[in-house]
Amino acid sequence: MSETADSSSGGAVQHGGDASARVTTSDVVEAPEVTGAGTRWTPTRIAFTVIVAAVVIFLIVKAADDLRQFVVVTLNGVTLAALYFVVASGFTLIFGLMRVVNMAHGSLYLLGGYLALKMQESWFQEETGLNLSLSGAGDAEYGLTGWLIPLVLATLCIGFVGVGMQQVFLRWNQGQDLRQALITIALSVIIADQMLAAFGGISKDIATPSSWPTSVLLPGDVRFGFFRGAVVLGAALLIGLLLWLVIKRTRFGKIVRAGVDDRDMVSALGINVNLVFAGAFFIGAMLAGFGGVLGGTMISLAPGQDAAFLLNSLIVVIIGGMGSLGGAAIGALALGLVDAYADVYLVFGGTDLTNYSILVTFALLVGVLAARPLGLFGRPA
Amino acid sequence: MNPTMSTGRLTWPVLGVIVVVAALAPLYTSDFFLNVILTKALWLGVAAASLIFLAAYGGMVSLGQVGLYGIAGMAYANLVLADGGSGAAWNPWLALIGALVVATVVGLAFGWIAARSAGIYFLMITLAFSVLIFYFFSQVTQLSGFGGVNNVDLPGIVGDPESNPAPRYFVTLVVSVLVFLALRALAQRTAFGLSLQGVRDEPARMRALGFDVTMHRTLAFGLAAFVAGVAGVLSVWYNRRITPGSINLEQTINILIIAVIGGLYRLEGAWIGALAYALIDNYSREWVPDVGNILGSARFNTIIGLVFLIIVLVSPGGLVGIWENFRDRLRGRRRGGGATTTTAGPEAGPAPGTVN
Repeated sequence: MSETADSSSGGAVQHGGDASARVTTSDVVEAPEVTGAGTRWTPTRIAFTVIVAAVVIFLIVKAADDLRQFVVVTLNGVTLAALYFVVASGFTLIFGLMRVVNMAHGSLYLLGGYLALKMQESWFQEETGLNLSLSGAGDAEYGLTGWLIPLVLATLCIGFVGVGMQQVFLRWNQGQDLRQALITIALSVIIADQMLAAFGGISKDIATPSSWPTSVLLPGDVRFGFFRGAVVLGAALLIGLLLWLVIKRTRFGKIVRAGVDDRDMVSALGINVNLVFAGAFFIGAMLAGFGGVLGGTMISLAPGQDAAFLLNSLIVVIIGGMGSLGGAAIGALALGLVDAYADVYLVFGGTDLTNYSILVTFALLVGVLAARPLGLFGRPA
Repeated sequence: MNPTMSTGRLTWPVLGVIVVVAALAPLYTSDFFLNVILTKALWLGVAAASLIFLAAYGGMVSLGQVGLYGIAGMAYANLVLADGGSGAAWNPWLALIGALVVATVVGLAFGWIAARSAGIYFLMITLAFSVLIFYFFSQVTQLSGFGGVNNVDLPGIVGDPESNPAPRYFVTLVVSVLVFLALRALAQRTAFGLSLQGVRDEPARMRALGFDVTMHRTLAFGLAAFVAGVAGVLSVWYNRRITPGSINLEQTINILIIAVIGGLYRLEGAWIGALAYALIDNYSREWVPDVGNILGSARFNTIIGLVFLIIVLVSPGGLVGIWENFRDRLRGRRRGGGATTTTAGPEAGPAPGTVN
């Protein structure tokens, strides 16, 4: 772990003046080794524990009230988290290795969805004869390939778009993180406008294969969407597992992990860092595109979704800690659950506060940042 | 990331000439130009100035300024007589003070959270703040009305912009000049400003010297929030309405684009960038040819995105940077081509951690 040396020379962590900030900073620095960290009861930690306990008790009360609703809401949150994880893992992978904050990540997400939609509509739409529905898409029937092939192709396309972006615009600015962020912001503005021109402003969605059931019956008489519950969740678990295996078990993963800790040393060892960077950008962008197809099927595709998923990815990695895959998983789960619970459970007696639900997300972000400025699993750059 | 400040300053005579030329604008421009270009450029410039102040003197590139100006704008629109919103029907001046207080307090709180991170983390956290504020106002229709807060009451000094836009232009101009002078004096002449610049360049050393780094950053952020609040109220005076859509991610990025086009490290760049933005915004629709669906009168964002991309790639110092390079080259040639003066662009010098 090389970060101890980094931060003692004044890295990204700002040693705050107050005691609590100093303690949390040292936590961040020593976290992996210090086993006694849990026994130190700093005010921040106590406040954090109290709040978490209060939230858990609140949820238990709500769950006892209506268990079936609670299960559905929880499943909603978990599946949302799955989608967030898929998208944010790409974001965090790119950042972890290259220190590139890819502000066009949301655009890649939406572009992936639109590409898949375009492929599905133009290659697989079978005439059912009766075009009765006004929404258009409702009539069409699609086989399994009509969903899977667009998924694979769109994902690959976005991977190549990402590599192109990295090679043309970012490669020669390596190390200038602000400039790279600005470049990706410029690209996201252009891509968003071009998508608006090409695909219009109306909300669309990708159709699931008609052979798939719309919902399944779970034990306890709970109905839940099949695509959302099985496909998205399964895909996220699979991706998490694959990424974990790649990062932990392969040579590429070793290089990536080494690169996260010390890029200069890795390149000095004779490893072609450029190739590794391109590979990481390819995978990161692919994850955005893949997420776009999942999200386009699960939710919808519309202008503004790019901003929404950029924000989601940002929050997930800010909570979880930039560059940490486990952090992305925890962050996604926290964000997804908070989104889902806050949308439903912010009703106290007669007062309905659900339209303030965004404040809970905000509180989550602020709370984590106040306690750990680098996120839950963050380490100094 | 230690952005090196350009040492050049806008001198008093130059500033005087610019202000006089600007003040006489109603005499030689149309009402349309005065409204759609100049007034708009001035208030956008104030918003961008709050960003540039933080970037240039605090080393913090904040994308939260639009969220903060949205808070001020929404607060003002809700406190005065208007269609939609809570419609508290306060006196506009009282509402102005209320809006600025709210924006500053929220800014200080934000600042305290965000100031403990630095560099690119700061950018991301403030971006998240800004977009969350947009979602907040989109959701809470009690505050943002359905379709925004419209027909917002204006103070008497602004007059009736529909019949005579000049008073509002003058108010915006005076506020802009005051903001510029105040921010520059504060950053370059006060102890706080100097230690803030120290914090920007060498946070570790400043901390070792006993300066409270987090507090300096927090206070700077609160100050920038106040300026952003001023811009927010000016924007409401300009539009006479405020909608959640006017403080979304797109606008957040627009303000960043303005700051970068003008020059992220020079305060006057804010208004230069805003003027360029307003001109492109208005006239690109006429002179840009239609190229299928890709380029044309409806594709303003593509054009501004391309301009932004080119500026970032070619001149990180923005238009001000281009001008300074040009001027230095002229001077260098006159002196017989001596050492090229270092007009420090933001990324001048060896970038840390360069691998290629």
